[in-house]
Amino acid sequence: MSKLCVLAIDDSLTIRRLVSHTLNDAGIEVVTACDGVEGLEKFPTRRFDTVITDINMPNLDGFGVIEGIRTAKQNRRVPVLVLTTESSGAFRDRARSLGATGWIVKPFDEAALVDTVRMVAGRRRS
Amino acid sequence: MSNATAWADDDVVEFVSLTSGGQAFCVEIAHVREIRRWSEVTSLPHASPSVLGVINLRGAVIPIVDLSLCLGLGPSPSHARNVVIVASVNSRIFGILVGSVSEILSIRRDEVRKNPTQMKENEPNYITGLLTVGDGEMLRILDLTELVIQGPERG
Amino acid sequence: MSMESLLETFFAECEELIEALSDGLGRLAAGESGDDLVNAIFRAVHSIKGAGGAFGFEDLVSFAHVYETVLDRIRGCLLAIDAEVLRVITRAADVLAELVENAQNEGSGTPSALAQVRSALEGYAGVAPAAPLHEPSLDFAPMAFEPISFDLDTPESGGRWRFVPDATFYRNGHEPLHIFSHLRAVGDLKVSCDFAEVPSLDGLDPDGSYLVWEIESSDLTEDVIQQTLQFLAGLYELSLVEDTVVIPDVEDQPSRPVSADTPAPAKTANATPASPRATLRVDPERVDRLINTVGELIINQSVIGQKVGGLGLEQNSELLSALEDYRYLAREIQEAVMSIRAQPVKPLFQRMARVVREAAEATGKDVEFVVTGEGTEIDKTLVERLADPLTHMLRNSVDHGIETVAGRAESGKTPVGTVRLSAFHRSGHVVIEISDDGKGLDREKILASAIGKGLVPEDARLSEQEIDNLLFMPGFSTAAEVTNLSGRGVGMDVVKTAITSMGGRVTIATEFGRGTTFSIILPLTLAVLDGMVVSVAEQTMVLPISGIVETIRPARKDVKSVGPQEDVILVRGSFVPVVALGKALGFASPHQSDPTYILVETESSGILALSVDGIWDQRQVVIKSLEGNYGNIPGVSAATILGDGKIALIVDIEAIAQLAASTGSGPCLSEQGIVA
Repeated sequence: MSKLCVLAIDDSLTIRRLVSHTLNDAGIEVVTACDGVEGLEKFPTRRFDTVITDINMPNLDGFGVIEGIRTAKQNRRVPVLVLTTESSGAFRDRARSLGATGWIVKPFDEAALVDTVRMVAGRRRS
Repeated sequence: MSNATAWADDDVVEFVSLTSGGQAFCVEIAHVREIRRWSEVTSLPHASPSVLGVINLRGAVIPIVDLSLCLGLGPSPSHARNVVIVASVNSRIFGILVGSVSEILSIRRDEVRKNPTQMKENEPNYITGLLTVGDGEMLRILDLTELVIQGPERG
Repeated sequence: MSMESLLETFFAECEELIEALSDGLGRLAAGESGDDLVNAIFRAVHSIKGAGGAFGFEDLVSFAHVYETVLDRIRGCLLAIDAEVLRVITRAADVLAELVENAQNEGSGTPSALAQVRSALEGYAGVAPAAPLHEPSLDFAPMAFEPISFDLDTPESGGRWRFVPDATFYRNGHEPLHIFSHLRAVGDLKVSCDFAEVPSLDGLDPDGSYLVWEIESSDLTEDVIQQTLQFLAGLYELSLVEDTVVIPDVEDQPSRPVSADTPAPAKTANATPASPRATLRVDPERVDRLINTVGELIINQSVIGQKVGGLGLEQNSELLSALEDYRYLAREIQEAVMSIRAQPVKPLFQRMARVVREAAEATGKDVEFVVTGEGTEIDKTLVERLADPLTHMLRNSVDHGIETVAGRAESGKTPVGTVRLSAFHRSGHVVIEISDDGKGLDREKILASAIGKGLVPEDARLSEQEIDNLLFMPGFSTAAEVTNLSGRGVGMDVVKTAITSMGGRVTIATEFGRGTTFSIILPLTLAVLDGMVVSVAEQTMVLPISGIVETIRPARKDVKSVGPQEDVILVRGSFVPVVALGKALGFASPHQSDPTYILVETESSGILALSVDGIWDQRQVVIKSLEGNYGNIPGVSAATILGDGKIALIVDIEAIAQLAASTGSGPCLSEQGIVA
C-alpha cells in the first residue's frame, strides 16, 4: 500500500509544521498550503487521501475550501477534516452541511490526529 | 561542575598525555580540538601572568595560557620549542602552552582514580584524577574547566 | 524536527502576527475601517491562540480567546468601535505581546495590566466566553456519501465549450487559471484563449472582459462543469461548440503571459490578494558564519594586497588591476552579507509604542507617540540590544520630559504631549532620535543636583553640553522623588553603557521649556569599524576613528608637566590632558622618546590627548569579539586581525578615559576647568 498523502491547509506556519511533523512521524506524507486559495490550487495536483483545513484563513477560508472541493462530483469522497480552534455549533453545522467529514479542535492530540486521518483515509480506500 | 570528570557512558576514555614544567599530565581528548606549534601572541592588558596573550586561529581570537605558570611550576622556558593544545571547554576555546605532547592513551574508566590530595578550599584544583600507565608511571588528569576560569575572569 | 525548532517557528510567527496586529490596530486608530482590516486583526489573534494551544501556553491561549471573542463581535458588527473599545483592544495587543514574550522567556510573571484588560475585554465579549481548552478534541461527524442526488454516469461525455467570464468575474478576484485547474480536478481538460474580441487600445475598457476561453474535454459534461463552477453562477456563460479541432494544452499556452498584455485579466492580478512578504528563514548562526568567513576574505584580500604591494610592480600592471577588482568584489560581498542581518526597526518601534502607552497610563499624562523611519534597517543584533535602552529613554521622556496636562496648559502648550521616535541614516551611521516637546532639561537643577551628590566640585564651571552629559553619570537622577515609573534604580548611565557597548554614542539637545532630543548614533554594522592603527608599547593597536578628533605632533614647548605623572598639551590656546595609552592599559611602557598625540573626544572627560609611539595606517577592520573565549578586558573593546594575520586589540577610548581617571594618571572630571 502506498503512503497516505494529506493536504494540510492552515495559515499558521506553526500549525502547518506541527501537522506535518506529526503525520510524517506516522509515515504519512503531507503537502501544505497557507490559505484556501493555495489549498484549492494544490488540491488537483495529486490524489490526496485526506484534506485537513483550518477555518479562519486569509483569501479563502476553510468553508470555501470545503465548498471548492465538494463541488466536483468525484471529490465528494475525499475526506475533509476541519482543524480549528472554533468550537461553536453554528460553525460546525455550516462545515458539516458543506460536506466536512470531521472536526478536530486545536490544540489537537497528536495520536488522535494520526488515528483520525488513518480512519477516514482508510475508509475511503475500502 | 567539572566536565572532565563527567565521563561518557563508554567504558573507555581517551587521554592525551603531555608534559609541563618537566612533569607528566594528561587531558581528556574530548576537550582537545587540535595541537599546534607555538606562534607569536598579542599581549593582553591587565591579564594575569599565566595568560600569555591571544593568537589568530583561523579567524578566531583565542587566548593562550602557560600551563606551567598556572600550575605554579614556573614559566615555560622556551615558547618557540613548545606546543599549544587548543582546547574547547564550555564552548570557550583557548590554547594551553605545554612542554610536549606524547601520545593518546585509551584508559578503562574504572582505572581512573580520584585525586587523593585535598586542596585548599579556595584554590583552584587542576588535578581531578590519577592514571597509572603501562610502565607504572603516574599521570595526573588536568581539569581544563578550572584553567578556563582562571584565564579570563581573574585576569 | 525537534520541539524546540517548532517552538522557534511559533515564536517567530508570533512576532510577525503581533506586528500585523499592531499594524492593523494602528490603521484602525488612524481612522481606517473595513472588513479586511478587522479580519486581519482578528486572524492575527486567532492564529496566536490556535498555535499557542499546541504548546500548552494556557495563559496566552485563554487571554487570546477572550480577545478574539471581542474582535469577532466587532467583525460581526455586534460591537461598534468607539474610542474606548479601540483603547481596550490596543492595550490587549500589548498584553498579548507580553504574554508571548513571557512564554518565550519561560517567565512566570503576569503582565501587570492583564487582569484589568481582561475584565475590560470580558465586558465587551458579552457572555464570558468559555475557554475552548477542554473541549473534546475530536468531534467526528460521519458523512453520508452515497445517496446524494447525482447520476454517476452521464451518457454524453466530452465536448467543447466556450467559457465567457463577465467583468464581475474578474472583479470578484477570480482567475481563469484557477477555475481551469479546478475543472481539471474533475475531468480531462484542454483550454485555449481567443483574443478576437480584445479591442484596440483606444476602445478598451480597463474593467471590461474580452477574453473567450475554449474548453475541450473528453469526459466532462455540461452539467458537471456547471456543477463544478456553481460558485461562479452568473459570472460566466458557457456554450457548446460543435466542431472539434486540435487545441493546444493549457500547459503549452498558459494564460499568464496573455493576461499580462490584456487589461481584463490584469484586473485579476489586482484582485488577487498580495501574497505575504516573501521571506526566507535562516538560522542566524549560518549568517554569522557567513559574516565571519567574509571577514576572513577581507583580511585575506588585504594580506594579498600587502604582499603584492611589496613586489614593487608597476602601477598599471595587470595583477594590480585584478587585485583591485578582487578588493572591490570582496567589499561588495561584505556589504551584501551584512545586509542579510539588517532588519527594519519597525518591530522594535512597535514594542516601544507599548512602552509609551504604558508610561502614559502610569503617569496619567496625555501622550501622542509619533514614529518615523520605521523602515530604517540596522543590524539584527543591534535591534535586540536597543530594546532596553530605548525603553528606559522613552519612559524618561514621558515621565520627566512631558508635563502634566495642567503643566502644559500653564506653559500655553497643547494638552497632549508628543514623544517622537525616529530612525534614519546619516553619513554611514544609523541615528535614532527620541524627542519630546516637554519641559526640556533644567540645567541649573541638574548642576545643583550633581554638586549636591558630590559628582562635580562646587566651583566647577561646566559648559552647557557638559551639564547635559551629567545625566549619563553613574549615580545621577534628576527626578526629585523617585517615581514608580523611571525610578527603578537604572539611570541614564546604564543606557549610555549599553549604547557604547554597541559602538555607538548618545548626544543630547535640549531647550528649556521646549523639549529634549536624545540622539543615539550607531555604526551601520557591528562587524566593521574604521580604525587608526597605532603602535603602543611595542604592540599594534587600533583606535576607532569615530572617537578621534585629530592627531597632533606638538612642539616640545607646548607639552607641559603639571604634576609628577601629569602632562598637558597646549592646543590652540587650551590645555588638553595627556593620557599615556600604554600606561593606561597596564603595559610596562618603555619611555616614549617622541610620542605622537591623538586628540580624542570622550563623554566623561572631554577632550584628551592619547600618547602613542606611532601611527601606521587608517583602515577598516573586522571586529572580533574577545568575550567569547576570554572575557572583558578593561580598556579594550574587541580585537581584529591585521593584514599579516596578527591580532591587534581595539581600544575602547571611553574606558581608557575612565581608567586614566581612576588611576590618577590622567584627568578626572574635576579638572574639566583646564579644558574649558
